[in-house]
Amino acid sequence: MRTPPSLLSLTVDSALLNLSNISDLSPLPEHILLDLFLKTLRAGKLNEKVLKLFIATGKDEVLALIRSLNIRPIVDPVLPTSKSQLKISDDEIDIVIGALRTDLTAFLNDWRPVFSRFHLIIVKDPDLKEELKIPEGFNVDIYTKSDIDRLVGSSSILFYGYSCRYFGFLVSRNKYIVSVDDDCFPAKDKDGSLVDIVAQHAANLTTPATPFFFNTLYDPYRKGADFVRGYPFSLRSGVQCALSCGLWLNLADYDAPTQALKPEQRNSRYVDAVLTVPARALMPMSGINIAFDRELVGPALFPALRLAGEGKLRWETMEDIWSGMCAKVVCDHLGFGVKSGLPYVWRTERGNAIDSLRKEWEGVKLMEEVVPFFQALRLKRTTVKAEDCVIEVAKEVKEQLGKVDPVFGRAAEAMVDWVRLWRAVGSSSS
Amino acid sequence: MASPSTTPLLKDELDIVIPTIRNLDFLEMWRPFFQPYHLIIVQDGDPSKTIKVPEGFDYELYNRNDINRILGPRSSCISFKDSACRCFGYMVSKKKYIYTIDDDCFVAKNPSGEDINALDQHIKNLLSPSTPFFFNTLYDPYREGADFVRGYPFSLREGVQTAVSHGLWLNIPDYDAPTQLVKPLERNARYVDAVLTIPKGTLFPMCGMNLAFDRELIGPAMYFGLMGDGQPIGRYDDMWAGWCVKVICDHLGLGVKTGLPYIWHSKASNPFVNLKKEYKGIFWQEEIIPFFQSAVLPKECTNVQKCYIELSKQVKAKLSKVDPYFDKLADAMVTWIEAWDELNPAGGSAKLANGSA
Repeated sequence: MRTPPSLLSLTVDSALLNLSNISDLSPLPEHILLDLFLKTLRAGKLNEKVLKLFIATGKDEVLALIRSLNIRPIVDPVLPTSKSQLKISDDEIDIVIGALRTDLTAFLNDWRPVFSRFHLIIVKDPDLKEELKIPEGFNVDIYTKSDIDRLVGSSSILFYGYSCRYFGFLVSRNKYIVSVDDDCFPAKDKDGSLVDIVAQHAANLTTPATPFFFNTLYDPYRKGADFVRGYPFSLRSGVQCALSCGLWLNLADYDAPTQALKPEQRNSRYVDAVLTVPARALMPMSGINIAFDRELVGPALFPALRLAGEGKLRWETMEDIWSGMCAKVVCDHLGFGVKSGLPYVWRTERGNAIDSLRKEWEGVKLMEEVVPFFQALRLKRTTVKAEDCVIEVAKEVKEQLGKVDPVFGRAAEAMVDWVRLWRAVGSSSS
Repeated sequence: MASPSTTPLLKDELDIVIPTIRNLDFLEMWRPFFQPYHLIIVQDGDPSKTIKVPEGFDYELYNRNDINRILGPRSSCISFKDSACRCFGYMVSKKKYIYTIDDDCFVAKNPSGEDINALDQHIKNLLSPSTPFFFNTLYDPYREGADFVRGYPFSLREGVQTAVSHGLWLNIPDYDAPTQLVKPLERNARYVDAVLTIPKGTLFPMCGMNLAFDRELIGPAMYFGLMGDGQPIGRYDDMWAGWCVKVICDHLGLGVKTGLPYIWHSKASNPFVNLKKEYKGIFWQEEIIPFFQSAVLPKECTNVQKCYIELSKQVKAKLSKVDPYFDKLADAMVTWIEAWDELNPAGGSAKLANGSA
C-alpha cells in the first residue's frame, strides 16, 4: 500500500502550483526551501522571477545550491537594434514564373536587369498549346505539362492556370523563391530608379520580422528607422521572416466588383514602407508578387482552393488568397513573420473586370464563410513542422468547412496531396 | 493643400489640447490651421508663471491651481511636472473630438513641398471607418485612390468606428533613451504615405505628440497615468494610455489608426534625463506588455468607464507585485474615472469656472 502524501509535501506541491502569486519566500525554513527549489527545477518552472525569489531569501544553502548548479539569470539586453542582415548569395534564390501566355520576350527583357543573375524556373500553363518564346541570356529551366504529369502522376491537385507556378516551387532546390505574375513589369520608385524586387524581397526575408508588437515607424531594420519608444526590448530581436508580400502600382490587386465599379482607378501611391503583419491578424495574400523561404514555409504554399469557374485572370481565382490564409496561420503557429509592403511591381491591364464578375462571385461568397474559421483556428502545440501544420489545417478545413461547401472538402484533399507530393518530390535539397 | 479649407472641418466639435511650461510661440506656425479651433492649454509647472498665448486664438487655460480647485482631492490623479497633465484637458473639454500636440511640434512638408495640415488629416482619419478585423494590404481602403484588395471579405468592408488617429513625426523620431544615446544623429526622413488600422489583438506604442481621438467613444480611457514629480517613472504616460486604449477598443469593437499625418518634431530631449525617467519603465514594460496582451474584459463591460474600472482592478491584482507604484496607479485610474464622470455627467455638462482666458 502506498504511503499517503504528508501534509508537508502537499503544502510544498501547492506552493509550486501557486508560485506566481508568492512574493516572499524568506519565512520558509531552509530545508523546505531546498525541497521547493528542487521541485521547481524538476517541474520546469524556474524562471527569472522565481529565481530572484529564492535568491532574495538570502539562505546560504539555497544560494550554494544555485551556484553549484551554475544557474544564472538571463538578462534582457538593452542593446541597440542589430542591423546585421543575413548575407545570401545569388545561387540561393530561384525566380519562379508561371507562364499563362506564350510570348515572354517583352516580360523577360524588361526584367533582365533584375533577373539575369539568377536561376529562373518557368512553368508553362498546361493549357497552353504553343511553345514558349523566351529571349536569350537567361539561366532558365522550363517545365511543361509532360514534366508535371511525369513527376506528379495522379493527384487531386490541378496545376492549370495560375496554379502552374506551384510546380516550380515544388521542384526548386533553392532556399529562397521570388515569384511574380507574367503580366507584371519592373516599377520605378520615388526617385525614378528601377525597383529591384529581388533585392528588396531578399532584404525583407533576411531581416527579422516583428509580429508580436506593432512598430509605428514600420520596419525597424530598414536604414534610417528603428524601434520607437515603448517597444519592449525583449521583442526587439524579432523572429525569422518566412514570407514577403509585395504590392502593385497601376493595376492593383482588386477584386472584379471593385474594379468594375471604378474602371479608371489606378494605384499611383508609392508607400515607402515594409511592415510585419501582426500575429493573429488575417490578411489576403496576393500571389502576384511574393517571395518566401522555401525551407521554412514551402509546404504551406499550395494550389488547393479551385473555384468552379476559375479562369486565367486573377479576378477569377482565389487559390492564392486561400493559400495565403493558411500560410499565415502556419507562420503564426511556428513563430515566423510575414511582411507586407515594398517592393512594388507595375501591373499591366488585362481582361475586363465586368466579364469576370460572373465568375468571381463564387470566390467572394466563399471568403465570407472562411473568416470565422481562420479567426478561431489554433493548431496543436506539438505540431512543429510546416508540413504537419498543413495536414492539421486540412483536417480542420474538412471537418468544419467541408459541410459548408464541397469546394472546401476538395481543397482539404488537395492540401494533403500537396504535402505528400512535397515529401516525395519537394523536400530533397540539391 | 497649403491653405485651410473654407469651412474648417469640425470647427465647433474639436478642441486642441496643448500641455506647456514655456511659451506657445509655436502656435504662430500653426495659425492657418489652428486658429478656427478652440484651444485648451494645460499649464504644467509653476502656476505663477504667465504663459503668453499669441493673439487671435480662442482658448481656455488651466494651471495647477485651477486643476486643484476644480478636482479637489481627486486632483491627485493628474500628474505634476510631466506633460501627462494634458489629460486634464481631455476631461474638461466639452467637444466630441480632441487633438493633442506637443509645443515642440511644427508644420511638416509633404514630398511635394506643401505644408501638411495635420489636423485635417486626423479628422479625415477619425471620420472614416477602421478595419481591425482583417488587414488590408493597400492600407486605408477609404483613402482616395485606394480600396479593399481582392480576397477582403465584403461583410467586413463597412469597417468600424475610428476612435484614435495616431500621427507620426519627421525629423526627431520618438525613440527611447537608449536608442537616442546610440544614435543621436538619426533623423526620420522617410515620408510613408499611408494610414492603416492596427489589427485587433495587436498592441502598439502610442505617442502623445501628435494624437487625435473621439472623446465620446474613448475619452475616459485616455488617462495618461501618474508621472513626473514624486513618481518613479516618466515618459510612459502616453504608452500606458495607449495600451489601455487599445485593449478597450479591441473589446468594444472600435478602431485605431496610425500613419499620416506627419508633424515636424524639432526638439530632441536630453537622452540622459530621459534615461533617468524611463529607466524603471524599460524593465517594467516587460511585465506590463504580457499583462495587456492577455487582458480579457468581461462581457458586462459595455462602456469605456466600466472597461477602465475593470482594467484598474486587474492592474491592482496582477501588476502590484511588480512594484507598489502600480497599486497607486490602479487607485489613480479609479479616481480619474470618478473625476471624469463628475465633470461629464451623462446628459448635460457641468459648468466650470476655469482659469484666465
